[in-house]
Amino acid sequence: MTGRISSPDELKQARTSLEQARESARDIITVCTGPGCVASGAGEVADAFRAQIKEQGLEDRVTFRCTGCHGFCALAPVVTIDPAGICYGGVKPADVPTILERTVGAGEIIDRLVYTHPDTGQPVPYEKDIPFYKHQDRLLLEENRRIDPESIDDFFVLGGYEALARVLTDMDPEAVVQEILDSGLRGRGGAGFPTGRKWSICRQNPGEPKYIVCNADEGDPGAFMDRGILEGNPHRVIEGMCIGAYAIGASEGFVYVRHEYPIAVRNITRAVEQAREAGLLGEGILGSGFAFDLKVVMGAGAFVCGEETALIASLEGRTGEPKQRPPFPAQSGYRNKPTVINNVETWASVPHIITRGAGWFSSIGSEGSKGTKIFSLVGKVENTGLVEVPMGTTIRQLVYDIGGGIPNGKEFKGIQTGGPAGGCLPAELMDLPIDFEALAEAGTIMGSGGMIVMDESTCMVDIARYFTRFLEQESCGKCYSCRKGTQRMREILDDICEGRGTLEQLELLEELGHTVNEASMCGLGQNAANPVLSTLRYFRDEYEAHITERRCPAGVCTTLIRYQIQESLCDGCHACFKVCPADAISGEKDAVHVIDPDVCIKCGACLEVCPQGAISVVSGGGE
Amino acid sequence: MSSASSTDRTAVSNPAADIEDMKAKVDAVLEDHRHDRGELIAILLDTQDILGYLPVPAMKYIAERLNIPPIDIFGTATFYRSFKLNPPGRHTCTICMGTACHVRGGPQVLKEFERQLGICAGQTTPDREYELETVACVGACAMGPLVLIDGEYHGNMSSRKVPRLLRRLDRERAEETQ
Repeated sequence: MTGRISSPDELKQARTSLEQARESARDIITVCTGPGCVASGAGEVADAFRAQIKEQGLEDRVTFRCTGCHGFCALAPVVTIDPAGICYGGVKPADVPTILERTVGAGEIIDRLVYTHPDTGQPVPYEKDIPFYKHQDRLLLEENRRIDPESIDDFFVLGGYEALARVLTDMDPEAVVQEILDSGLRGRGGAGFPTGRKWSICRQNPGEPKYIVCNADEGDPGAFMDRGILEGNPHRVIEGMCIGAYAIGASEGFVYVRHEYPIAVRNITRAVEQAREAGLLGEGILGSGFAFDLKVVMGAGAFVCGEETALIASLEGRTGEPKQRPPFPAQSGYRNKPTVINNVETWASVPHIITRGAGWFSSIGSEGSKGTKIFSLVGKVENTGLVEVPMGTTIRQLVYDIGGGIPNGKEFKGIQTGGPAGGCLPAELMDLPIDFEALAEAGTIMGSGGMIVMDESTCMVDIARYFTRFLEQESCGKCYSCRKGTQRMREILDDICEGRGTLEQLELLEELGHTVNEASMCGLGQNAANPVLSTLRYFRDEYEAHITERRCPAGVCTTLIRYQIQESLCDGCHACFKVCPADAISGEKDAVHVIDPDVCIKCGACLEVCPQGAISVVSGGGE
Repeated sequence: MSSASSTDRTAVSNPAADIEDMKAKVDAVLEDHRHDRGELIAILLDTQDILGYLPVPAMKYIAERLNIPPIDIFGTATFYRSFKLNPPGRHTCTICMGTACHVRGGPQVLKEFERQLGICAGQTTPDREYELETVACVGACAMGPLVLIDGEYHGNMSSRKVPRLLRRLDRERAEETQ
């Protein structure tokens, strides 16, 4: 590893000598070890590569690297081979010798490991041609696959910490704040507050010392953007924070990261130590008079701690209850001192803005929302994964061009943006541009970037109940409106999902929702009714079907559905009989089977095994 | 996910010695954190890592050593999801309740685990073999519905696959004890 670097010139020299040392480097094999790939066996694949490279004596010819998330989780485990830019998916340890022999050795493409284009049926060997990647603009995520998060040298080769060097030599703190203001960067954590303005307020506030915090308490279920960056590119976040600290005049900072992300905790902790050893954190950074140090602090699993005043309470070792704002943390935060809290993605964007300029950044995106944004595209979508697109990209582009549409020929029904406190948008709004204003107008929020795709088999009342229950559990309990309001809304949703609902309850639900959003203090409570209000706005007919017809159109709400075997299709194969955990199915082999609705627990196991497709879910009247 | 590997499960033989042992371990944790009340969450996380959960005597002892009211400890320990106030099971079944898993049938998987184990989420079987817990999201959404058994991922789950998975675990356990 490169030793201590005591000036910007030394940083440049370090990069040059690393580049020279690597010039002879040949094929670079990369295994994605993001959460999706690891869950699919990437660890074993990586072990196989290490062993085989050694066994075949390829150490001099091949650079091998495990990296953070590449994004295309649906293809997991993902292996890439550079400089050719080949992308293999679904790789197993047994494929490793073949890859080394044929692709690395002979430059051949192994068709069976290559992504198949869904429209043409043709293999697409190169990453840049795969539709999932082709339609993205991967400013932050693209770096993930080029660095081993354990190696600060890899980061130097990317030009890491050069934005910091530039700031320390050429810019005074005001100029840095101005650059961020001019770039139009807005907070990526949810509320979208202009980052430069936050910095400026904090800088001008007289309190000393000042603090900065990286909010990595990513609590939205179905969202893992911050995890992707923190695990894959921790030094970019540190560099952004150093620049922020210089601009604001802070000497101490914190990375507040979820305890549930052990790899992110490990990688950022290691990176902080490396940066300290290299003289990029601590006293006299890069030989300048600037001193700044970072501490990694673990959260303990409370969704509300993503709210900045609650996060501060948690940093101070207390229960994460939000406080009334103002004063804003930028005026009075950690230990009642001016504190800037920005999200992981926001910090990671900062060095790029310094390097490439505010003008470049503000040329990307839409009128009020600049730059690119990472989304976690999950749910009923073909290509699950992390995607990065310019702000203002439409939902249709995200779901179809990048996401590859809805699997199993089902119909797109809606999309939940902004996490649990976001809202559900219907298919009709598919051409809505994704930016802060457009989403707010449609009744949802940008949030931190979760995008959950739903198809015709998703029940919107059930989804509203799911999110409301989550918020009920995560409400800190300080505001009555949020604590009790989420509970009452969830109880009404229970009634509706279980066939006890009344039409009057819909009005009550709406009224309650507005009260919760208006009367609560923090961002959690103020958005807690969004799932209910947005589904009522766009999917009211589904609520009404549950109430007036006692029918769940999507076939999800168990009280309102029955499993049925269609006589004409059943060939008596006995598969459902064998798999039923409740012994609710009767019938002799080769004869038509019957489900006893009183015994059936509606687990869906029979539906899954029936080779004839004879089992169906029915809901509502008509026997 | 699970901290089972670092958990001390020595049999309860001498309660007084156990208490002394616990105190020594907690003292070491407090030392690591310079008895700083501001680091309470980290102190509790580390204590839980070592003891497997947060026993009431340990919480009281931490309060005493930090010179703060026990309610501050209980308040914090019950506020955050990561803290366990009951002894963990030997095996932890973690069911992901993330949104992506939910729309793909996660609730049915949880229900089947509850049925098979005869306990509800958050509980441990009477023989302390299995502990059933839910997690808001583990971020491996492409594989949902997802279940973790002792930290090992099992993707694309369905209620049908639950009994098979548990039977396999039972078999492995039987082999271990032989």
